[in-house]
Amino acid sequence: MLHYLLKRLWHTVYVVMGISMISFFFIHLSGDPVMLMLPGDASMQEVEQLRQKLGFNDPLYVQYGRFIKKAVQGDFGESLYYHVPALDLILERLPASLELSLAAMVLALVVSIPIGIISAVYRGSALDMGSMLGALFGLSLPHFWLGIMFIMIFSVKLGWLPTSGRGTFAQLIMPALALAMSLMAMFARLTRSVMLEVLSLDYIRTARAKGLREFYVIGKHALKNALIPLVTVAGMQFGLLIGGTVIIETVFAWPGVGRLVVQAIFNRDYPLVQSIVFILALIFVAANLLVDLLYIYLDPRISYLEEK
Amino acid sequence: MRGAVAAAHRSAMESLGPTLRLMAGTFREVARRRSALWGAVMLTAILLTSLFFPLFYPVDPLAQDLLARFQPPAWLDGGSSAHLLGTDNLGRDALARILHGSRVSLLVGFSAVLLGELIGIVLGLVSGYYGRRLDSIIMRTADIFMAYPFMLLTISVIAVLGNSMFNLILVLGASDWVIYARTIRGSVLSLKEKEFVESARAVGTRHPAIIYRHILPNVISPLLVLGTLRVANIIIWESGLSFLGMGVPPPAPSWGRMLAEGRMYITDAWWLATFPGFAIMATILSINLLGDGLRDALDPRLRNISN
Repeated sequence: MLHYLLKRLWHTVYVVMGISMISFFFIHLSGDPVMLMLPGDASMQEVEQLRQKLGFNDPLYVQYGRFIKKAVQGDFGESLYYHVPALDLILERLPASLELSLAAMVLALVVSIPIGIISAVYRGSALDMGSMLGALFGLSLPHFWLGIMFIMIFSVKLGWLPTSGRGTFAQLIMPALALAMSLMAMFARLTRSVMLEVLSLDYIRTARAKGLREFYVIGKHALKNALIPLVTVAGMQFGLLIGGTVIIETVFAWPGVGRLVVQAIFNRDYPLVQSIVFILALIFVAANLLVDLLYIYLDPRISYLEEK
Repeated sequence: MRGAVAAAHRSAMESLGPTLRLMAGTFREVARRRSALWGAVMLTAILLTSLFFPLFYPVDPLAQDLLARFQPPAWLDGGSSAHLLGTDNLGRDALARILHGSRVSLLVGFSAVLLGELIGIVLGLVSGYYGRRLDSIIMRTADIFMAYPFMLLTISVIAVLGNSMFNLILVLGASDWVIYARTIRGSVLSLKEKEFVESARAVGTRHPAIIYRHILPNVISPLLVLGTLRVANIIIWESGLSFLGMGVPPPAPSWGRMLAEGRMYITDAWWLATFPGFAIMATILSINLLGDGLRDALDPRLRNISN
């Protein structure tokens, strides 16, 4: 158990180091911010002075060391466009993105798990075929197109829901649903295949032989084990989701990090872009770590196997 | 000595034999599955259309006709047979743009996957076969790539490099190698302990030759499945980047940008944002159907479950 934890922690540390290096590399690659800071008619001498002052003439590893030192202190540099610390901007927008991601994730799980279970239990039935066909379509729809279609139908044609913005529950429905669609499809397919595998195992037969009601066998015995792969995938997808809100936030003018990053790119605000990417990557790593820890609880075999 | 060479040769044939048999078997299995067959037929139709449409629909996708702006599709009031799917805000023919856009999406999708697979195969083979330091360096790098959200990685690189077809393929391909490398590495690890690899080594076959002749043919088939399904993802993401204005630069038509432009006119010209989406969906659906079929055909364990 302790061994597994330590291993997992070490894994997290070097992944974060790697991510920080990539982020630093991109900031460096994205060009000289000095040129953007000074007026266009600045002389070469002025440029050189500012470069010296800001430390852009130091060797790369010195600059990287400084970058890390600042990052640890929560200083990710300043946005070139807004002239405020990048971290402040991100923290201000993050709740909106988390809200949207969480809503989509909950919606996807609530809808897809029952569908997956029913499909597995009534395998081969019209219900199963229908849901799996639906899932295939769900996987094949670009979510931003779905978002546009939603706006067209429910806002423009029917006038039921607001087209954009954040604040009310009605404004959350369409972006969350559009974002949830492919997740729903993915989870329904996964739940179905995992349930089918679990239902063929001996302990399920034993449970049935004991005379337990089918509802208990499926809902309690089978589902508990089927949840393990679902937790992994859902955890990974949640990390991805926060980055994946980029487009849907643009479609629905949702004031989250995704929209911030798109605007930052068009403003050529590279320090902000890289800070966002770095922080979202950190969130992703944290989500994965959390899933792994949850694993120990869900599946005691894991820490045991690692021990050996 | 001669016997040993012959044995090595035989073992090489044996290692190739199953591959060929597997390919023939795969083909049969795919053909037996109706949904996979549908996918294959649809995808073939889409590919052929994308290649040959200039022969039967030679309309310039960039030609503007300001007198014919926002014409609805031909079957609606006010539509004309000159523009089957209507025209956009500049009077450009929507169908011609969709057809031309298919080339962008398919080219980027398939090339990026090819590039990703190439990198992934090489790194996966090296990592699995040579092991030790190289393995741990490559796999640690893979972990880091996995942790970097794919979409953000591509966005931030495109932001720096600028958008062009070449950069798109490069970035999407280069960030997609991990999944292939891991799959290959796993199969190589189990394969390199097999007798036929051992005997090849015993007769003094060089490592690169062993990898190329004995290992590679036996690990390639899962990549076919993975690659097919990844093309679908890449195409969706390419259209997403185009939607954000980070795809193939204008005026070249691409599905994502058509959606972005069409989105501005959804109140008066619903067809502009609708049909490019159908084109994306049809393409992705056909690829997913085929990919699912391939997976079922190649992985008998999954076959039982998904039927």
